[in-house]
Amino acid sequence: MSRIIPDEQVLDTVAKQFLAALPHSVKLGMTIMEIDFSSVTVQLPWSEQIVGNPETGVVHSGVLTTLMDTACGICSICALANVEACPTLDLRIDHMKVPVSGKPLYATVEPYRVTKSIVFTRGTAWQESPDDPIAHAVGTFMRLGPLAAIKKDKSKSKQGEES
Amino acid sequence: MNFAEAVIEARESGRVEVLIDQIPYAQMIGVQGQLVGDEALFLLPSNKDNVGNPILPALHGGVIGGFMETSAALHLLLFMDRPKIPAIIDFSIDYLRTGQLRNTFAECQVHRQGRRVANVAVTAWQTHRDVPIATGRVHFRL
Repeated sequence: MSRIIPDEQVLDTVAKQFLAALPHSVKLGMTIMEIDFSSVTVQLPWSEQIVGNPETGVVHSGVLTTLMDTACGICSICALANVEACPTLDLRIDHMKVPVSGKPLYATVEPYRVTKSIVFTRGTAWQESPDDPIAHAVGTFMRLGPLAAIKKDKSKSKQGEES
Repeated sequence: MNFAEAVIEARESGRVEVLIDQIPYAQMIGVQGQLVGDEALFLLPSNKDNVGNPILPALHGGVIGGFMETSAALHLLLFMDRPKIPAIIDFSIDYLRTGQLRNTFAECQVHRQGRRVANVAVTAWQTHRDVPIATGRVHFRL
């Protein structure tokens, strides 16, 4: 497959545009901290709306699921050096310790294997240091091919319906 | 009302919203719940803020997961013998179909509830119960 994204500066721009187009990730305020062809780090700021446990004020596990799904999805762009439609096949999150409330969350993930049809990703969520993870995630993504080709297909079939 | 009181109130009145009102994240994504006899049905109403793929448009996979985790925790709170906020140990989700921008439902089945751990299976669907968009499994520490 051709490498459409030539360098890490372009990768950074493309990944930021990709993230900006995900309404729910934008609502949670996620931003890309660091990205290269082998990994990405996404930040999620603290806000009162993400609390899951009203007794302790700890973040809801669903927020971590969303953070990891987003970061793993973005890291498929790193692996492919292209923006492909890659829906999540499955995701597994292990919660290793209780997050500290009031502090931002980070996810650092890597694509550890890419095949013709699948991107395998893994990573951790952390707060103080990547070496002290609060959660570990493994996600599998299906490659549907370049986004542009899919859009073209869709518009073709729409035209077909209309005519 | 503290959370323990809310749990009792929700169980006695059958009003799941009493519980949901206490959980900011559940309110943010818009979770609703209803007791149907001795079962619970959860609803995530269609909401543009929950979209992950604006082209299709499709719900964010993380929101589907978060909805299912919330449903599983609420289910335990509604039916456990001694209700206490369950702490999640791990969560595994299989995405079976695109989550369209429309109402999503979730139902839970407690496969095992011991003294320490509960294993809860969650199914999410939109059009028909037997056409799930995702299935999940949550382990909780009790």
